[in-house]
Order: sequence, then C-alpha cells, then structure tokens
Amino acid sequence: MVIETHDLSKRYGRVVAVEGLNLQVGEGEVFGLLGPNGSGKTTTILMLLGLTEPTSGTAQVLGHDPVREPLSVKRQVGYLPDSVGFYGEMTAWENLRYTTRLLGLPRLEAEKRIGEVLERMGLADVAQRPVATFSRGMRQRLGLAEVLLKRPKVAILDEPTLGLDPEAALEFLAMIRGLKAEGITVLLSSHLLHQVQAICDRVGLFHRGRMVLVGTVRDLAERVLGGAYRIRLRASAGASLAERLKSLEGVGALRQQDGSWYLEARRDLRPELARAVLEAGGELLELGLEEPSLDEVYARYFQEVRHAEAA
Amino acid sequence: MLRLREGSPWTGLWAVFFKELADHLSSIRIRLLEVLIALSALGAVYTASQTLRQTVSEDPFLFLKLFTTEQDPLPSFVAFLSFFVPLAAIALGFDALNGEYGRNTLSRVLAQPIYRDALLFGKFLAGLATLGVVLLALFLLVAGLGLLFLGVPPGGEEVGRALLFLLATLVYAGIWLALAILFSVLFRQPATSALAAIAVWLFFTIFWGIVAQLLAQALRPVDPFNPESALANAQALLFLSRFSPNTLYAETILVLLNPAVRSLGPVLFTQLEGALIGTPLPLSQSLLLAWPQLTGMLAACTLLFTLTYVLFQRREVRA
Repeated sequence: MVIETHDLSKRYGRVVAVEGLNLQVGEGEVFGLLGPNGSGKTTTILMLLGLTEPTSGTAQVLGHDPVREPLSVKRQVGYLPDSVGFYGEMTAWENLRYTTRLLGLPRLEAEKRIGEVLERMGLADVAQRPVATFSRGMRQRLGLAEVLLKRPKVAILDEPTLGLDPEAALEFLAMIRGLKAEGITVLLSSHLLHQVQAICDRVGLFHRGRMVLVGTVRDLAERVLGGAYRIRLRASAGASLAERLKSLEGVGALRQQDGSWYLEARRDLRPELARAVLEAGGELLELGLEEPSLDEVYARYFQEVRHAEAA
Repeated sequence: MLRLREGSPWTGLWAVFFKELADHLSSIRIRLLEVLIALSALGAVYTASQTLRQTVSEDPFLFLKLFTTEQDPLPSFVAFLSFFVPLAAIALGFDALNGEYGRNTLSRVLAQPIYRDALLFGKFLAGLATLGVVLLALFLLVAGLGLLFLGVPPGGEEVGRALLFLLATLVYAGIWLALAILFSVLFRQPATSALAAIAVWLFFTIFWGIVAQLLAQALRPVDPFNPESALANAQALLFLSRFSPNTLYAETILVLLNPAVRSLGPVLFTQLEGALIGTPLPLSQSLLLAWPQLTGMLAACTLLFTLTYVLFQRREVRA
C-alpha cells in the first residue's frame, strides 16, 4: 500500500474535521476523495503530508509516518493545493527554480527538469513571464509542473479542476490521466463528482468527516442505486407499456421523465425491453445503457441516510 | 514513545534566505527607505562638518563627532538612525508570513521537503542581512563624506567604536524586525500587522517616556524635604524607561560614541571624588558600561523571535 491510514482523526476543539479514517491506496491507483466542501478532504490531505498533526490515529505514506518523517514523505509526494498560488512578481521559471532550491537539486539537474516540466505542461512559451499575468488555468498547470519537478511517486491534488472552464478542466484531467500512465499514484479530492469520476479507479465519498462509501464507481452504484444497469428507453408506446415493463423480471425502479423511461436493472435487460415494446405495439426510438453517475450515488445515499435518521 | 523528527531544521534555509534577500533588495520599499536614509545622512554630515569646522580644536575623537553632532533644525545622524531603523525593519517584516497566506503560497512551499523553521529563520535572517547591507552602506557613506569634509582620518579606536555602534544598531533593528514578523504571524491582514507594529513603535517613541514619568512619580513620589526621595524617583524613572528598546539603544550608542560618558544613571558627588571629569574612557570600559543595554536588546530580540517561532509552529497551514 502506498497510502494507509488507521483510524485517522482530526478535531479542532469540539469540531470534528476527520473521524476514524481508514484509507488504503495501492500503487499506481487514481483514488478520488469526493464530497462537499468542508467534509474533511483537505484536512485528510494535510495530515498525509505532515502539514497538520492528527489528533489520533496513524498514517503511513510510502512507508513513512508523516508526523515523524515529514521530509521523507514530502521528498516523494507532490502536492497541488486548492487555489494554488505563486509569487506574482517572479516569472514561472523563477518560481520553479525556487522550488528546486528548496528541493536541494543541483543547478544543472534543476534547470533540465524545469525545462522538461514547462514543456510538458505547455508553458514553455510563457516561462519568462511574471506569474501575475497568468490565467487560472495556466497557474493550475504551473502547479502541476511544480508537482512533476519532484519526480514524485505520489501526487496529491486538491480540487484540481476547481475554477477551470470546462475545456481547461478536461485538458487538466487528461494530464492527470497521464500521471497514472507513468505509474504515479494519484490521490485527488473534488466536490465536482461528475468531472472526476471518469479518471478515478476508486473513490471514497466523504460526509461530515467520515468516509462513508469506498469502492469503484460501478461498485458504489450497485450498492447504493440497487441496480448496476441503468437503461434509458424512448418509445412511442401503447398504453399498456408501463405495465409490461414493470412485469419484466429483474426490473427495479422505473420512472418516466421528458418522454423517456429510466429503468434500473440487475442485469442487461435491453433485448427483453425491445421485445416488450414491440409486443405492446409501440415503436422503439431509443434504447441505451447509462453510466451510473456519482452525483446520483451521492444524492441517493444521503437521501437514504436522512430517511434513516428521520425514522 | 518519543521519537525525534528526522532531518535537520535548517534544510532549505539558504534557499529561503537568498530568495527573500533578492526580494528585499529589489523591492520598491527598500528603494524608498534608501533614498530617505541617504538624504538624512547627507544632511547630518553636512551640519556636522559645518559645526565641527568652527570648533575643530583639540578633540581626539573628532571622527565620532560626525555621528553625534547636531545643529538646529537638523538632528544628528544617530538621531536620524534611531528614528528610521525601526521603520525600515517594520517595512521589511510586516508581511513576512501573512503575505504568504495571502498569496496562497504557504502550503505549496511547506509541501517541499523543508521544516517551517527554515522558512521563519530564512525570512528573519534575510531581513537582518538586508538591514545590515543598508546600514553598512550608509555608514561607509557617512564616514567617507566625513573624511572628505573634515580631512581627518579616524584612529583605530574610533573605527572600533564606530563598528560596535553599527552592530548595536543592527541588534536594535533586529528587535523591530522580530516584532514585525511576530505581528505578521498574529494578524492575517498585512495592513493590520503593519499598523500594529507602527503603533508599538509610536508607543515607545512618544508615550512610554510620559508613562514612565507618571509611574515613577506614583511609585516613588518626590518629597521636596527629602533628597533621597529625589534619587529614588530618578532611579525608578530610569528603571522604567529602560523597558523601551529605544532607551536601551540610545544609552548604548551614547556610551559607544562618546568616550567621555562614564555613567548612565544619576551620579552622586561622593562617587566623583578623584575622577577626572571629561577624560575619555578606553573602549573596553565603554563597552562594559553599555554591556547590560546590549544584552538587554539581544534578549528582547531573542524573546520576540522565540514567541514568533512558537506561534508559527502551531499555526494551521490552511487559511
């Protein structure tokens, strides 16, 4: 395990920021810490980096304890904070040069790496411009360039797509996928579930300081939404279609919205559905499998939690 | 289970030091301060040399007079310095750490393999080095101009005294720098910390003298029929006023630059028996006289810096 925590907790006075966190991230994995703002994601990240001390519990990052061996951890772990900042009056190159000095890299090696990472992040042309003139997206890319400067084994990215326009966000996510291809373990946090679900191997959903669900997106969908398969059906249907659909074996929830039917099923029911529509004398217009969305998983899960609490 | 943290707290210290030094030396505020101080130096040297030419006579420490001579309306160089040095130190330190918060750079820098110690020490040392460079340049400027105007080279002891004076000024600057950095940890807004530091400076420059007088009067009232009470009052006043770094600095440089000064407190006639009033003390004796003041300033500086260190170590990284 690259990252491992045991009952990691952080309290600020009586406020619980993180409670009993047991997290395991394997090598080469992209793990997403997901949840709304203030649910404990950033605190978790800071504890993993040794930037804040846990109240109780332990953490191991690459076999080191961040509290006692923070330098070993920080030498191998790249960190991109949310709303990353640079010294505005210095150029991009100078900012990175400062980082290489803090890393203790010799000059030639440092300059070689700076050239590489700026090239890779598409910032080579603006390397000599003061960072104050950079857009949000460029700053974010410079932040990732700084992470790569370390040649890290683990990259921790806090809200990497926050504040980026959709195009820049997609571009940035592709860059994160590139890290995985290099064998870098990635831990990222986000509250924009739909944006990051595509690149995460596994996700942990946070709620009020607790990681309440953990697994692959598909796992979670199966667990929370009841059916792993979500099928969308559009048909100019006879009146009896609803009855027929409900009577099919394996159909879970069924709802109609904007002229389409949404079904949840335990297995791929598409052939049966097509037959049912034809037998009902309707015309099949559209039939497709929908990827489960994390937003829905999240919303549904907390709906259930609230119901359980109310009961 | 007590385990030491790994590695050295000094890792990265020089990286921070040189970055901050470069920032300081190229910043606009240091330009402004340089202009101000250079102007004051010129003024001071000019008045001093004008006055000194008329009274050149037999003073063996003519060179030191360059720093201390005043002529209305212009104060002496030393008076200028004791006024400007705290302001310069505050200007260099007031946004040391809250500035990093404001620019969102703190967490990024601390995610590099360094301890917070390195960041804090680096910033403090860089500020001190900047002040040192400015002071040294200024001192050489005044000394050089003095040589040109007066045409009298300084003796060995005079140079020694002048260098000690420079050192004392740097320690004095260190107090205000440490205070400014302390406020930059305490307050989130750079404007607030700058104002707070200037308020403290104003308090000691203007109000502490008055407060000390009132307190001394209340604690050791002067009885017109008892001369002992007058002495007690004077001693209480001196004791209280020495809480101000300004007093300590003023006393230190008075002793260092005036070899004729033999005591800093009230002197009784009985103590003067056999003394040759006006004969200069050797440097070692002057240093001995100013030693408590120098140590006091050093202690204040260390105390403030330690407080800053403790507070900064406990501060959360996220804003």
